[in-house]
Amino acid sequence: MKFLDNLTFGQYVPSESPIHHLDPRCKIACVLVLLTSIFMVRHTTSFIGWGLLLLVVTSFSRLPLRLVVKTAKPVLILALFTASIHIFFTKGTPVFSLGIITVTREGLRMAAFTALRLLFLVLFASFLTLTTKPMELADGLERLFSPLTRFGFPAHELAMMMTIALRFIPTLLDETDRIMKAQLARGAYFDKGSLWKRLKAFLPVLIPLFIIVFQRAEDLSTAMEARCYRGGKGRTRMHPLTWRTSDTIALLGLSLVTALLLIADRTLLP
Amino acid sequence: MPSHTVCELRDVSFTYPGAAAERGTKVRPALSGITLSIKDGEWVALLGSNGSGKSTLAKHMNALLVPTQGDCIVYGMSTSDADHVPAIRNAVAMVFQNPENQIVGTTVEEDTAFGPENQGLPPGDIARRVNDALAATGLREKRQSPVYTLSGGEKQRLAVAGALALDSSCLVLDEPTAMLDPQGRAQLLAVLAELHRGGKTLVSITHRLEEIIHCDRAIVLVRGTVAWEGAVPELFQSTEALREWGIFIPPLAALWKDLHARGITPLPSVPSLPEMVQALCP
Repeated sequence: MKFLDNLTFGQYVPSESPIHHLDPRCKIACVLVLLTSIFMVRHTTSFIGWGLLLLVVTSFSRLPLRLVVKTAKPVLILALFTASIHIFFTKGTPVFSLGIITVTREGLRMAAFTALRLLFLVLFASFLTLTTKPMELADGLERLFSPLTRFGFPAHELAMMMTIALRFIPTLLDETDRIMKAQLARGAYFDKGSLWKRLKAFLPVLIPLFIIVFQRAEDLSTAMEARCYRGGKGRTRMHPLTWRTSDTIALLGLSLVTALLLIADRTLLP
Repeated sequence: MPSHTVCELRDVSFTYPGAAAERGTKVRPALSGITLSIKDGEWVALLGSNGSGKSTLAKHMNALLVPTQGDCIVYGMSTSDADHVPAIRNAVAMVFQNPENQIVGTTVEEDTAFGPENQGLPPGDIARRVNDALAATGLREKRQSPVYTLSGGEKQRLAVAGALALDSSCLVLDEPTAMLDPQGRAQLLAVLAELHRGGKTLVSITHRLEEIIHCDRAIVLVRGTVAWEGAVPELFQSTEALREWGIFIPPLAALWKDLHARGITPLPSVPSLPEMVQALCP
Protein backbone atom coordinates (compact mmCIF):
# COMPACT_ATOMS: atom_id res chain seq x y z
CA MET A 1 0.00 0.00 0.00
CA LYS A 2 3.01 2.30 -0.11
CA PHE A 3 1.90 3.75 -3.45
CA LEU A 4 -1.18 5.21 -1.82
CA ASP A 5 0.81 7.25 0.66
CA ASN A 6 2.37 9.27 -2.13
CA LEU A 7 -1.03 10.17 -3.48
CA THR A 8 -1.91 12.73 -0.82
CA PHE A 9 -1.54 15.73 -3.12
CA GLY A 10 -4.76 17.71 -3.05
CA GLN A 11 -6.84 14.84 -1.71
CA TYR A 12 -10.06 15.51 0.12
CA VAL A 13 -9.65 16.08 3.85
CA PRO A 14 -12.96 15.69 5.71
CA SER A 15 -13.93 18.47 8.11
CA GLU A 16 -17.04 20.36 9.18
CA SER A 17 -15.87 23.77 8.07
CA PRO A 18 -18.01 26.45 6.34
CA ILE A 19 -15.92 25.97 3.19
CA HIS A 20 -16.53 22.21 3.18
CA HIS A 21 -20.26 22.91 3.30
CA LEU A 22 -20.30 25.31 0.34
CA ASP A 23 -21.84 24.17 -2.93
CA PRO A 24 -19.13 22.71 -5.20
CA ARG A 25 -20.29 25.04 -8.00
CA CYS A 26 -19.61 27.99 -5.70
CA LYS A 27 -16.15 26.66 -4.90
CA ILE A 28 -15.32 26.10 -8.57
CA ALA A 29 -16.43 29.67 -9.36
CA CYS A 30 -14.39 31.03 -6.43
CA VAL A 31 -11.27 29.23 -7.61
CA LEU A 32 -11.76 30.60 -11.13
CA VAL A 33 -12.07 34.13 -9.68
CA LEU A 34 -8.90 33.62 -7.61
CA LEU A 35 -6.85 32.17 -10.45
CA THR A 36 -7.73 34.89 -12.96
CA SER A 37 -7.09 37.56 -10.33
CA ILE A 38 -3.67 36.16 -9.47
CA PHE A 39 -2.76 36.30 -13.15
CA MET A 40 -3.68 39.99 -13.16
CA VAL A 41 -1.35 40.90 -10.27
CA ARG A 42 1.51 43.17 -11.37
CA HIS A 43 3.64 43.75 -8.28
CA THR A 44 5.57 41.29 -6.18
CA THR A 45 4.71 43.19 -2.96
CA SER A 46 0.99 42.58 -3.64
CA PHE A 47 1.49 38.95 -2.77
CA ILE A 48 1.63 40.01 0.90
CA GLY A 49 -2.07 40.77 0.57
CA TRP A 50 -2.72 37.45 -1.17
CA GLY A 51 -0.76 35.69 1.55
CA LEU A 52 -3.09 37.23 4.15
CA LEU A 53 -6.10 36.12 2.08
CA LEU A 54 -4.66 32.61 2.00
CA LEU A 55 -4.40 32.63 5.80
CA VAL A 56 -8.01 33.81 6.11
CA VAL A 57 -9.26 31.09 3.71
CA THR A 58 -7.20 28.47 5.56
CA SER A 59 -8.71 29.45 8.89
CA PHE A 60 -12.21 29.28 7.38
CA SER A 61 -11.46 25.80 6.01
CA ARG A 62 -10.27 24.64 9.45
CA LEU A 63 -7.43 22.77 7.79
CA PRO A 64 -3.96 22.92 9.37
CA LEU A 65 -1.82 25.46 7.48
CA ARG A 66 0.96 22.88 7.31
CA LEU A 67 -1.27 20.57 5.27
CA VAL A 68 -2.23 23.33 2.84
CA VAL A 69 1.40 24.36 2.34
CA LYS A 70 2.36 20.71 1.82
CA THR A 71 0.16 20.52 -1.29
CA ALA A 72 2.42 23.07 -2.97
CA LYS A 73 5.49 20.87 -2.44
CA PRO A 74 5.30 19.07 -5.82
CA VAL A 75 5.33 22.39 -7.72
CA LEU A 76 8.17 23.80 -5.64
CA ILE A 77 10.72 22.31 -8.04
CA LEU A 78 8.89 23.83 -11.00
CA ALA A 79 8.75 27.19 -9.20
CA LEU A 80 12.48 27.08 -8.42
CA PHE A 81 13.25 26.09 -12.01
CA THR A 82 11.31 28.99 -13.55
CA ALA A 83 12.75 31.32 -10.91
CA SER A 84 16.32 30.32 -11.70
CA ILE A 85 15.73 30.86 -15.42
CA HIS A 86 14.53 34.35 -14.65
CA ILE A 87 17.50 35.04 -12.36
CA PHE A 88 20.06 34.09 -14.94
CA PHE A 89 18.50 35.33 -18.15
CA THR A 90 16.97 38.69 -17.28
CA LYS A 91 19.03 41.68 -18.40
CA GLY A 92 19.25 44.85 -16.32
CA THR A 93 21.24 46.38 -13.46
CA PRO A 94 23.81 43.81 -12.31
CA VAL A 95 23.92 42.88 -8.63
CA PHE A 96 26.86 40.50 -8.79
CA SER A 97 28.41 38.23 -11.39
CA LEU A 98 30.04 34.83 -11.29
CA GLY A 99 32.05 34.11 -14.41
CA ILE A 100 29.70 34.38 -17.37
CA ILE A 101 26.61 34.47 -15.14
CA THR A 102 25.33 37.86 -14.16
CA VAL A 103 22.52 38.25 -11.68
CA THR A 104 20.50 41.40 -12.11
CA ARG A 105 18.12 43.22 -9.82
CA GLU A 106 15.33 42.85 -12.41
CA GLY A 107 16.13 39.16 -12.66
CA LEU A 108 15.75 38.65 -8.91
CA ARG A 109 12.48 40.52 -8.89
CA MET A 110 11.10 38.54 -11.85
CA ALA A 111 12.21 35.28 -10.22
CA ALA A 112 10.45 36.07 -6.97
CA PHE A 113 7.36 37.25 -8.84
CA THR A 114 6.93 34.18 -11.07
CA ALA A 115 7.71 31.74 -8.25
CA LEU A 116 5.21 33.41 -5.94
CA ARG A 117 2.54 33.58 -8.63
CA LEU A 118 2.91 29.89 -9.39
CA LEU A 119 2.82 28.93 -5.71
CA PHE A 120 -0.27 31.03 -4.98
CA LEU A 121 -2.05 29.59 -8.02
CA VAL A 122 -1.46 26.05 -6.76
CA LEU A 123 -2.22 26.87 -3.13
CA PHE A 124 -5.58 28.46 -3.89
CA ALA A 125 -6.52 25.78 -6.41
CA SER A 126 -5.72 23.04 -3.89
CA PHE A 127 -8.52 24.27 -1.61
CA LEU A 128 -11.01 23.03 -4.16
CA THR A 129 -9.85 19.41 -3.94
CA LEU A 130 -8.95 19.60 -0.24
CA THR A 131 -12.44 20.69 0.81
CA THR A 132 -14.65 19.02 -1.83
CA LYS A 133 -15.45 15.31 -2.09
CA PRO A 134 -14.51 13.95 -5.55
CA MET A 135 -18.12 12.97 -6.23
CA GLU A 136 -19.35 16.44 -5.28
CA LEU A 137 -16.76 17.95 -7.55
CA ALA A 138 -17.90 15.74 -10.42
CA ASP A 139 -21.49 16.66 -9.63
CA GLY A 140 -20.64 20.35 -9.59
CA LEU A 141 -18.85 20.15 -12.94
CA GLU A 142 -21.75 18.18 -14.42
CA ARG A 143 -24.23 20.82 -13.32
CA LEU A 144 -22.01 23.70 -14.47
CA PHE A 145 -21.61 22.17 -17.91
CA SER A 146 -25.19 20.91 -18.22
CA PRO A 147 -26.35 23.94 -20.27
CA LEU A 148 -23.88 22.80 -22.94
CA THR A 149 -25.58 19.40 -23.32
CA ARG A 150 -27.98 21.14 -25.70
CA PHE A 151 -25.04 21.46 -28.11
CA GLY A 152 -24.08 17.82 -27.67
CA PHE A 153 -21.54 18.31 -24.87
CA PRO A 154 -21.37 15.06 -22.83
CA ALA A 155 -21.54 16.66 -19.36
CA HIS A 156 -23.00 13.66 -17.55
CA GLU A 157 -20.72 11.18 -19.28
CA LEU A 158 -17.60 13.20 -18.40
CA ALA A 159 -18.67 13.46 -14.76
CA MET A 160 -19.36 9.71 -14.63
CA MET A 161 -15.98 8.98 -16.21
CA MET A 162 -14.29 11.20 -13.63
CA THR A 163 -16.10 9.42 -10.79
CA ILE A 164 -15.20 5.97 -12.07
CA ALA A 165 -11.58 7.01 -12.64
CA LEU A 166 -11.36 8.27 -9.06
CA ARG A 167 -13.01 5.12 -7.76
CA PHE A 168 -10.55 2.88 -9.58
CA ILE A 169 -7.28 4.69 -8.81
CA PRO A 170 -6.71 2.77 -5.53
CA THR A 171 -7.83 -0.50 -7.15
CA LEU A 172 -5.40 -0.14 -10.04
CA LEU A 173 -2.58 0.90 -7.72
CA ASP A 174 -3.19 -2.29 -5.75
CA GLU A 175 -3.22 -4.23 -8.99
CA THR A 176 0.07 -2.65 -10.14
CA ASP A 177 1.60 -3.45 -6.78
CA ARG A 178 0.49 -7.06 -7.09
CA ILE A 179 1.85 -7.47 -10.62
CA MET A 180 5.16 -5.85 -9.65
CA LYS A 181 5.53 -8.12 -6.65
CA ALA A 182 4.77 -11.15 -8.81
CA GLN A 183 7.51 -10.06 -11.23
CA LEU A 184 9.96 -9.31 -8.44
CA ALA A 185 9.36 -12.79 -7.08
CA ARG A 186 10.38 -14.14 -10.47
CA GLY A 187 13.59 -12.13 -10.56
CA ALA A 188 12.65 -8.86 -12.23
CA TYR A 189 14.34 -5.61 -11.18
CA PHE A 190 12.66 -2.26 -11.32
CA ASP A 191 15.30 -0.14 -9.62
CA LYS A 192 18.52 -1.31 -11.24
CA GLY A 193 20.30 -0.39 -14.43
CA SER A 194 19.94 2.56 -16.76
CA LEU A 195 16.75 4.53 -17.20
CA TRP A 196 16.14 2.67 -20.47
CA LYS A 197 16.55 -0.68 -18.71
CA ARG A 198 14.19 0.35 -15.96
CA LEU A 199 11.60 1.49 -18.47
CA LYS A 200 11.94 -1.79 -20.31
CA ALA A 201 11.48 -3.71 -17.05
CA PHE A 202 8.22 -1.87 -16.58
CA LEU A 203 6.73 -3.05 -19.87
CA PRO A 204 5.83 -6.53 -18.55
CA VAL A 205 3.94 -4.74 -15.76
CA LEU A 206 2.00 -2.49 -18.09
CA ILE A 207 0.76 -5.21 -20.43
CA PRO A 208 -1.04 -7.34 -17.82
CA LEU A 209 -2.31 -4.13 -16.22
CA PHE A 210 -3.85 -3.07 -19.55
CA ILE A 211 -5.55 -6.42 -19.99
CA ILE A 212 -6.91 -6.29 -16.45
CA VAL A 213 -8.20 -2.76 -16.98
CA PHE A 214 -10.15 -3.81 -20.07
CA GLN A 215 -11.63 -6.85 -18.30
CA ARG A 216 -12.63 -4.68 -15.38
CA ALA A 217 -14.23 -2.11 -17.68
CA GLU A 218 -16.27 -4.87 -19.33
CA ASP A 219 -17.41 -6.30 -15.98
CA LEU A 220 -18.19 -2.86 -14.60
CA SER A 221 -20.34 -1.91 -17.57
CA THR A 222 -22.34 -5.14 -17.17
CA ALA A 223 -22.78 -4.47 -13.46
CA MET A 224 -23.84 -0.87 -14.12
CA GLU A 225 -26.42 -2.06 -16.62
CA ALA A 226 -27.70 -4.61 -14.10
CA ARG A 227 -28.01 -1.77 -11.60
CA CYS A 228 -30.46 0.03 -13.91
CA TYR A 229 -27.93 2.53 -15.30
CA ARG A 230 -29.27 4.02 -18.51
CA GLY A 231 -27.12 7.13 -18.83
CA GLY A 232 -27.81 10.50 -17.27
CA LYS A 233 -31.40 10.71 -18.45
CA GLY A 234 -33.99 10.35 -15.68
CA ARG A 235 -31.28 9.92 -13.07
CA THR A 236 -31.78 11.62 -9.70
CA ARG A 237 -29.36 12.20 -6.83
CA MET A 238 -29.50 11.32 -3.16
CA HIS A 239 -27.86 14.62 -2.24
CA PRO A 240 -28.95 17.10 -4.91
CA LEU A 241 -26.82 20.22 -5.05
CA THR A 242 -28.51 23.23 -3.49
CA TRP A 243 -27.27 26.78 -3.93
CA ARG A 244 -27.76 28.56 -0.60
CA THR A 245 -27.49 32.19 0.43
CA SER A 246 -24.14 31.34 2.04
CA ASP A 247 -22.83 30.36 -1.41
CA THR A 248 -23.86 33.70 -2.89
CA ILE A 249 -22.29 35.54 0.07
CA ALA A 250 -19.05 33.55 -0.23
CA LEU A 251 -18.74 34.17 -3.98
CA LEU A 252 -19.59 37.88 -3.74
CA GLY A 253 -17.38 38.36 -0.67
CA LEU A 254 -14.41 36.71 -2.31
CA SER A 255 -14.92 38.64 -5.55
CA LEU A 256 -15.00 41.89 -3.55
CA VAL A 257 -11.79 41.07 -1.66
CA THR A 258 -9.92 40.06 -4.82
CA ALA A 259 -11.17 43.20 -6.57
CA LEU A 260 -9.88 45.33 -3.70
CA LEU A 261 -6.54 43.52 -3.78
CA LEU A 262 -6.27 44.13 -7.52
CA ILE A 263 -7.20 47.81 -7.18
CA ALA A 264 -4.55 48.17 -4.48
CA ASP A 265 -2.06 46.46 -6.79
CA ARG A 266 -2.81 48.94 -9.59
CA THR A 267 -3.13 52.19 -7.63
CA LEU A 268 -1.17 52.07 -4.38
CA LEU A 269 1.98 50.41 -5.67
CA PRO A 270 4.33 52.16 -8.12
CA MET B 1 -48.11 -17.00 -1.54
CA PRO B 2 -45.17 -19.10 -2.77
CA SER B 3 -47.01 -20.16 -5.88
CA HIS B 4 -46.42 -16.97 -7.84
CA THR B 5 -43.74 -17.39 -10.48
CA VAL B 6 -40.80 -15.00 -10.45
CA CYS B 7 -38.92 -16.29 -13.42
CA GLU B 8 -39.71 -18.91 -15.97
CA LEU B 9 -37.44 -20.31 -18.67
CA ARG B 10 -39.11 -22.19 -21.48
CA ASP B 11 -36.79 -24.32 -23.59
CA VAL B 12 -34.07 -21.67 -23.50
CA SER B 13 -30.96 -22.07 -25.63
CA PHE B 14 -28.15 -19.59 -25.88
CA THR B 15 -25.01 -19.46 -27.99
CA TYR B 16 -22.50 -16.66 -27.48
CA PRO B 17 -22.36 -14.60 -30.68
CA GLY B 18 -19.07 -14.88 -32.48
CA ALA B 19 -18.19 -18.19 -30.85
CA ALA B 20 -19.23 -20.21 -33.90
CA ALA B 21 -17.66 -17.92 -36.48
CA GLU B 22 -14.28 -17.92 -34.78
CA ARG B 23 -13.77 -21.63 -34.60
CA GLY B 24 -15.57 -22.56 -37.77
CA THR B 25 -16.57 -25.88 -36.28
CA LYS B 26 -19.77 -26.84 -34.54
CA VAL B 27 -19.91 -25.01 -31.24
CA ARG B 28 -21.72 -26.29 -28.20
CA PRO B 29 -24.27 -23.72 -27.07
CA ALA B 30 -23.71 -22.26 -23.59
CA LEU B 31 -27.26 -23.24 -22.69
CA SER B 32 -29.49 -25.73 -24.49
CA GLY B 33 -33.12 -26.55 -23.91
CA ILE B 34 -33.38 -25.23 -20.37
CA THR B 35 -36.82 -25.25 -18.80
CA LEU B 36 -37.23 -24.22 -15.21
CA SER B 37 -39.18 -21.87 -13.02
CA ILE B 38 -38.46 -20.00 -9.82
CA LYS B 39 -41.27 -19.33 -7.39
CA ASP B 40 -41.81 -16.32 -5.19
CA GLY B 41 -39.97 -16.46 -1.85
CA GLU B 42 -37.85 -19.47 -2.83
CA TRP B 43 -34.11 -19.80 -2.26
CA VAL B 44 -32.79 -21.74 -5.22
CA ALA B 45 -29.21 -22.90 -5.57
CA LEU B 46 -27.80 -23.15 -9.06
CA LEU B 47 -24.94 -25.61 -9.06
CA GLY B 48 -22.44 -26.66 -11.64
CA SER B 49 -18.75 -26.90 -12.38
CA ASN B 50 -16.86 -24.27 -14.38
CA GLY B 51 -18.25 -23.77 -17.86
CA SER B 52 -21.57 -25.44 -17.06
CA GLY B 53 -23.49 -22.29 -18.00
CA LYS B 54 -24.43 -21.09 -14.51
CA SER B 55 -23.40 -17.49 -15.06
CA THR B 56 -24.92 -17.41 -18.52
CA LEU B 57 -28.20 -18.61 -17.06
CA ALA B 58 -28.04 -16.01 -14.29
CA LYS B 59 -27.56 -13.21 -16.80
CA HIS B 60 -30.75 -14.30 -18.56
CA MET B 61 -32.81 -13.60 -15.43
CA ASN B 62 -31.79 -9.93 -15.53
CA ALA B 63 -32.08 -9.50 -19.32
CA LEU B 64 -28.32 -8.95 -19.58
CA LEU B 65 -28.47 -11.82 -22.06
CA VAL B 66 -31.44 -12.71 -24.21
CA PRO B 67 -32.16 -16.33 -25.28
CA THR B 68 -31.16 -17.31 -28.81
CA GLN B 69 -34.09 -19.71 -28.71
CA GLY B 70 -37.00 -20.11 -26.33
CA ASP B 71 -38.45 -17.62 -23.88
CA CYS B 72 -37.32 -16.19 -20.60
CA ILE B 73 -40.28 -14.72 -18.72
CA VAL B 74 -39.69 -12.57 -15.63
CA TYR B 75 -42.84 -11.57 -13.74
CA GLY B 76 -44.85 -12.21 -16.86
CA MET B 77 -42.57 -10.08 -19.06
CA SER B 78 -40.44 -11.52 -21.83
CA THR B 79 -36.79 -10.48 -21.61
CA SER B 80 -36.64 -10.46 -25.42
CA ASP B 81 -38.89 -7.38 -25.47
CA ALA B 82 -36.59 -4.36 -25.04
CA ASP B 83 -39.46 -2.29 -23.64
CA HIS B 84 -39.64 -4.60 -20.62
CA VAL B 85 -35.93 -4.48 -19.80
CA PRO B 86 -36.03 -1.52 -17.34
CA ALA B 87 -38.96 -3.08 -15.45
CA ILE B 88 -37.20 -6.47 -15.37
CA ARG B 89 -34.02 -4.92 -13.98
CA ASN B 90 -36.05 -3.15 -11.29
CA ALA B 91 -37.56 -6.51 -10.33
CA VAL B 92 -34.47 -8.73 -10.43
CA ALA B 93 -31.19 -7.45 -9.01
CA MET B 94 -27.81 -9.10 -9.55
CA VAL B 95 -24.66 -9.51 -7.52
CA PHE B 96 -21.53 -10.65 -9.31
CA GLN B 97 -18.50 -12.66 -8.33
CA ASN B 98 -15.94 -9.89 -8.02
CA PRO B 99 -17.22 -7.06 -5.81
CA GLU B 100 -14.40 -4.82 -7.00
CA ASN B 101 -15.84 -4.75 -10.52
CA GLN B 102 -19.37 -3.77 -9.61
CA ILE B 103 -18.84 -0.94 -7.14
CA VAL B 104 -19.24 2.42 -8.86
CA GLY B 105 -19.27 4.95 -6.02
CA THR B 106 -16.17 6.12 -4.13
CA THR B 107 -17.80 5.74 -0.70
CA VAL B 108 -20.16 3.11 0.74
CA GLU B 109 -23.11 5.49 0.82
CA GLU B 110 -22.56 6.80 -2.71
CA ASP B 111 -22.31 3.33 -4.15
CA THR B 112 -25.44 2.07 -2.43
CA ALA B 113 -27.32 5.08 -3.78
CA PHE B 114 -26.22 4.39 -7.37
CA GLY B 115 -29.06 1.99 -8.21
CA PRO B 116 -31.98 4.00 -6.80
CA GLU B 117 -30.48 7.13 -8.37
CA ASN B 118 -30.65 5.39 -11.73
CA GLN B 119 -34.26 4.48 -11.01
CA GLY B 120 -34.98 8.20 -10.73
CA LEU B 121 -36.35 8.21 -7.18
CA PRO B 122 -36.79 11.41 -5.14
CA PRO B 123 -33.85 12.10 -2.73
CA GLY B 124 -35.83 11.19 0.41
CA ASP B 125 -36.71 7.75 -0.94
CA ILE B 126 -33.11 7.12 -2.02
CA ALA B 127 -31.87 7.97 1.49
CA ARG B 128 -34.44 5.61 3.03
CA ARG B 129 -33.47 2.73 0.71
CA VAL B 130 -29.77 3.32 1.39
CA ASN B 131 -30.43 3.23 5.15
CA ASP B 132 -32.39 -0.01 4.89
CA ALA B 133 -29.86 -1.70 2.59
CA LEU B 134 -26.89 -0.75 4.79
CA ALA B 135 -28.73 -1.93 7.90
CA ALA B 136 -29.56 -5.29 6.28
CA THR B 137 -25.93 -5.87 5.30
CA GLY B 138 -24.41 -4.60 8.55
CA LEU B 139 -22.55 -1.74 6.91
CA ARG B 140 -24.19 1.17 8.75
CA GLU B 141 -21.00 2.10 10.61
CA LYS B 142 -19.04 2.15 7.36
CA ARG B 143 -21.48 4.51 5.65
CA GLN B 144 -18.97 7.28 4.89
CA SER B 145 -15.92 5.02 4.38
CA PRO B 146 -14.07 5.11 1.06
CA VAL B 147 -14.51 1.85 -0.82
CA TYR B 148 -10.78 1.02 -0.91
CA THR B 149 -10.65 0.85 2.90
CA LEU B 150 -13.16 -2.05 3.03
CA SER B 151 -12.22 -5.72 3.38
CA GLY B 152 -13.17 -8.24 0.69
CA GLY B 153 -16.15 -9.45 2.69
CA GLU B 154 -17.33 -5.90 3.31
CA LYS B 155 -17.00 -5.09 -0.39
CA GLN B 156 -19.18 -8.05 -1.31
CA ARG B 157 -21.75 -7.06 1.31
CA LEU B 158 -21.65 -3.56 -0.20
CA ALA B 159 -22.39 -5.12 -3.60
CA VAL B 160 -25.37 -6.88 -2.00
CA ALA B 161 -26.44 -3.58 -0.39
CA GLY B 162 -26.28 -1.92 -3.81
CA ALA B 163 -28.55 -4.62 -5.22
CA LEU B 164 -30.93 -4.45 -2.22
CA ALA B 165 -31.26 -0.68 -2.63
CA LEU B 166 -32.97 -1.37 -5.97
CA ASP B 167 -35.79 -2.80 -3.83
CA SER B 168 -36.25 -5.72 -6.19
CA SER B 169 -38.19 -8.76 -5.04
CA CYS B 170 -35.62 -11.19 -6.43
CA LEU B 171 -31.87 -11.28 -6.00
CA VAL B 172 -29.59 -13.33 -8.27
CA LEU B 173 -26.09 -13.90 -6.89
CA ASP B 174 -23.39 -15.15 -9.23
CA GLU B 175 -20.79 -16.92 -7.06
CA PRO B 176 -20.83 -14.15 -4.47
CA THR B 177 -18.58 -16.04 -2.06
CA ALA B 178 -15.91 -17.10 -4.55
CA MET B 179 -13.43 -14.38 -3.62
CA LEU B 180 -14.10 -14.26 0.12
CA ASP B 181 -12.28 -15.73 3.09
CA PRO B 182 -14.24 -18.15 5.35
CA GLN B 183 -15.29 -15.37 7.70
CA GLY B 184 -16.52 -13.10 4.93
CA ARG B 185 -18.34 -16.06 3.39
CA ALA B 186 -20.10 -16.90 6.67
CA GLN B 187 -21.17 -13.26 7.15
CA LEU B 188 -22.52 -13.01 3.60
CA LEU B 189 -24.45 -16.28 3.95
CA ALA B 190 -25.94 -14.99 7.21
CA VAL B 191 -27.10 -11.85 5.39
CA LEU B 192 -28.67 -13.99 2.65
CA ALA B 193 -30.43 -16.25 5.16
CA GLU B 194 -31.91 -13.17 6.83
CA LEU B 195 -33.11 -11.83 3.47
CA HIS B 196 -34.70 -15.19 2.70
CA ARG B 197 -36.56 -15.08 6.02
CA GLY B 198 -37.76 -11.60 5.03
CA GLY B 199 -39.44 -13.13 1.98
CA LYS B 200 -36.98 -12.24 -0.75
CA THR B 201 -36.59 -14.64 -3.65
CA LEU B 202 -32.94 -15.69 -3.91
CA VAL B 203 -31.08 -17.50 -6.65
CA SER B 204 -27.52 -18.23 -5.62
CA ILE B 205 -24.98 -19.68 -7.95
CA THR B 206 -22.15 -21.66 -6.48
CA HIS B 207 -20.06 -24.75 -6.80
CA ARG B 208 -19.73 -25.17 -3.06
CA LEU B 209 -22.25 -27.63 -1.71
CA GLU B 210 -21.76 -26.50 1.88
CA GLU B 211 -23.35 -23.18 0.96
CA ILE B 212 -26.65 -24.59 -0.19
CA ILE B 213 -27.72 -26.20 3.08
CA HIS B 214 -30.23 -23.42 3.72
CA CYS B 215 -31.60 -23.43 0.17
CA ASP B 216 -35.06 -24.78 -0.59
CA ARG B 217 -34.23 -26.28 -3.93
CA ALA B 218 -31.21 -27.04 -6.08
CA ILE B 219 -30.73 -27.09 -9.82
CA VAL B 220 -27.63 -28.73 -11.24
CA LEU B 221 -26.34 -27.59 -14.60
CA VAL B 222 -24.04 -29.79 -16.65
CA ARG B 223 -22.75 -28.62 -20.01
CA GLY B 224 -25.57 -26.14 -20.48
CA THR B 225 -28.44 -28.45 -19.60
CA VAL B 226 -30.38 -29.11 -16.42
CA ALA B 227 -28.98 -32.41 -15.11
CA TRP B 228 -30.86 -32.54 -11.85
CA GLU B 229 -33.53 -30.59 -10.03
CA GLY B 230 -35.04 -31.18 -6.61
CA ALA B 231 -34.89 -30.65 -2.86
CA VAL B 232 -31.46 -30.13 -1.31
CA PRO B 233 -31.44 -33.19 1.02
CA GLU B 234 -32.11 -35.47 -1.94
CA LEU B 235 -29.18 -33.98 -3.81
CA PHE B 236 -26.81 -34.97 -1.01
CA GLN B 237 -27.96 -38.58 -1.40
CA SER B 238 -26.66 -38.78 -4.97
CA THR B 239 -22.97 -38.79 -4.16
CA GLU B 240 -21.97 -40.68 -7.30
CA ALA B 241 -23.78 -38.32 -9.63
CA LEU B 242 -22.32 -35.26 -7.89
CA ARG B 243 -18.84 -36.60 -8.42
CA GLU B 244 -19.65 -37.16 -12.07
CA TRP B 245 -20.92 -33.57 -12.42
CA GLY B 246 -17.66 -32.26 -11.01
CA ILE B 247 -19.13 -30.99 -7.76
CA PHE B 248 -17.09 -31.48 -4.63
CA ILE B 249 -18.97 -33.09 -1.73
CA PRO B 250 -18.21 -31.41 1.61
CA PRO B 251 -17.02 -33.81 4.35
CA LEU B 252 -19.97 -33.01 6.58
CA ALA B 253 -22.43 -33.97 3.85
CA ALA B 254 -20.54 -37.19 3.13
CA LEU B 255 -20.57 -38.04 6.83
CA TRP B 256 -24.27 -37.30 7.10
CA LYS B 257 -25.00 -39.44 4.07
CA ASP B 258 -23.07 -42.42 5.46
CA LEU B 259 -24.65 -42.10 8.89
CA HIS B 260 -28.05 -41.67 7.30
CA ALA B 261 -27.59 -44.77 5.14
CA ARG B 262 -26.84 -46.81 8.29
CA GLY B 263 -29.74 -45.22 10.13
CA ILE B 264 -27.52 -43.78 12.85
CA THR B 265 -28.44 -40.12 12.75
CA PRO B 266 -32.04 -39.03 13.01
CA LEU B 267 -31.42 -35.78 11.14
CA PRO B 268 -33.61 -35.57 8.04
CA SER B 269 -31.30 -33.28 6.04
CA VAL B 270 -27.68 -32.21 5.99
CA PRO B 271 -27.15 -30.31 9.24
CA SER B 272 -24.86 -27.45 10.11
CA LEU B 273 -21.77 -28.41 12.11
CA PRO B 274 -23.29 -27.50 15.56
CA GLU B 275 -26.45 -29.45 14.70
CA MET B 276 -24.37 -32.48 13.76
CA VAL B 277 -22.37 -32.27 16.99
CA GLN B 278 -25.60 -31.93 18.96
CA ALA B 279 -27.11 -34.96 17.21
CA LEU B 280 -24.05 -37.19 17.71
CA CYS B 281 -23.21 -36.16 21.27
CA PRO B 282 -26.47 -35.17 22.88
